[in-house]
Amino acid sequence: MATAAAPTGSARNGAGPEWGGFEENIQGGGSAVIDMENMDDTSGSSFEDMGELHQRLREEEVDADAAAAEEEDGEFLGMKGFKGQLSRQVADQMWQAGKRQASRAFSLYANIDILRPYFDVEPAQVRSRLLESMIPIKMVNFPQKIAGELYGPLMLVFTLVAILLHGMKTSDTIIREGTLMGTAIGTCFGYWLGVSSFIYFLAYLCNAQITMLQMLALLGYGLFGHCIVLFITYNIHLHALFYLFWLLVGGLSTLRMVAVLVSRTVGPTQRLLLCGTLAALHMLFLLYLHFAYHKVVEGILDTLEGPNIPPIQRVPRDIPVVLPAARLSSTVLNATAKAVAVTLQAH
Amino acid sequence: MAEAVESPGDPGTASPRPLMRDLKAVGKKFMHVLYPRKSNTLLRDWDLWGPLILCVTLALMLQRGSADSEKDGGPQFAEVFVIVWFGAVTITLNSKLLGGNISFFQSLCVLGYCILPLTVAMLICRLVLLAEPGPVNFMVRLFVVIVMFAWSIVASTAFLADSQPPNRKALAVYPVFLFYFVISWMILTFTPQ
Repeated sequence: MATAAAPTGSARNGAGPEWGGFEENIQGGGSAVIDMENMDDTSGSSFEDMGELHQRLREEEVDADAAAAEEEDGEFLGMKGFKGQLSRQVADQMWQAGKRQASRAFSLYANIDILRPYFDVEPAQVRSRLLESMIPIKMVNFPQKIAGELYGPLMLVFTLVAILLHGMKTSDTIIREGTLMGTAIGTCFGYWLGVSSFIYFLAYLCNAQITMLQMLALLGYGLFGHCIVLFITYNIHLHALFYLFWLLVGGLSTLRMVAVLVSRTVGPTQRLLLCGTLAALHMLFLLYLHFAYHKVVEGILDTLEGPNIPPIQRVPRDIPVVLPAARLSSTVLNATAKAVAVTLQAH
Repeated sequence: MAEAVESPGDPGTASPRPLMRDLKAVGKKFMHVLYPRKSNTLLRDWDLWGPLILCVTLALMLQRGSADSEKDGGPQFAEVFVIVWFGAVTITLNSKLLGGNISFFQSLCVLGYCILPLTVAMLICRLVLLAEPGPVNFMVRLFVVIVMFAWSIVASTAFLADSQPPNRKALAVYPVFLFYFVISWMILTFTPQ
């Protein structure tokens, strides 16, 4: 089908080299996001046949019209016809130049080959890096190695999204003006990208030797601890257990990241600033994820409307709400808690 | 091909034969998904009609009534649509970046068609929800969704695994697992108000 299109294209204002030029710009077969050559490897679908037929008929009509218009201009308008032709040729050349530039830009930015080296990993490597992200290394005298890959961090962020969804559903989190999925994705990606950028900025101020890619990878692998803690504590709802895991597992992954950053920074103030910020943000994020997606009682929005309701109520959940029968008792529990809080507030 | 040509300015007289041919092709692919074998049909003759039909069906069934928009935390039509298509695009990009030699649309086609078992699970859950609610109800739905989830993963792995370098199959299959897990979770936790 590509060969069928090319002669038709070349019949129309020398658009032949255009098609060839586009294909030249693709470096290596199939490296752009959408492979233009593979788009045509369909077979046996009638809608593509009809589409191509219509396209060909339309192009023939356009050619016929263009030829007729040119003939008319040439015959009846003399000089004006010539100027018309000139302007048309100039417009055509500008269009071709613009199209060539656009296709070059497209194949440059949509070329996912830029990201290919960061996904060049083996499963064994990913596994070992996941385990190493929980083991702080004490050697801080010379820079520790950070693997610059994006597969592991990206998969960990998506896993965190899935775990958050699981947690939000089991706790009946009610999100207004938004969706569960959107909130989960926004939170996780926002944390990963936002905090990485912020710490990279601080690292730039503190003269630390770390690149943006390494920071993304480091923080991404640090989310492994978060995934473990949240996965366990969303299923076993004991607050003491959560605090224990928060300190242990969260602390270990934070210590690992801190050790790596310390090994790459010179000067006590800079080290303190950088590592203190990262540790605080990392630990607080885990705390936030556990409590914020617990069960925010609807009173949070009633606060804006009614004066008598206390601002935020975090109701500790001790009853898993998976079974519908249990939902009734937990709503009763929460309603009681709310009533108690209101009475206490009133005094 | 000759019988499919009608005059271009005459939309009302489209011959029914290409439509039947397309529907038969879609139906054949559904069968390939339900009984997954190592075959090239889904990859060779890819089309996106099947995934579109399945996605729309799933999104329509997952909608809650708009009567209680106050407590509406369930997925809306657009949300399901976006999750399915952007999830499929992400998995495709990931498998291409890992060195797979599958084309963009072929991968979308396979992932879309392998939602069929989960759509069937949604239908069954809807029927089961018509009975009285209780722990048995939940257990039945859980069992059905788990079985269909496993079926989806097996089906998509049978088609996608060959396109990856042999030592990286696990890396390409894990996001597929997450994708179908999210869809299964949406199906399992759906309760009509």
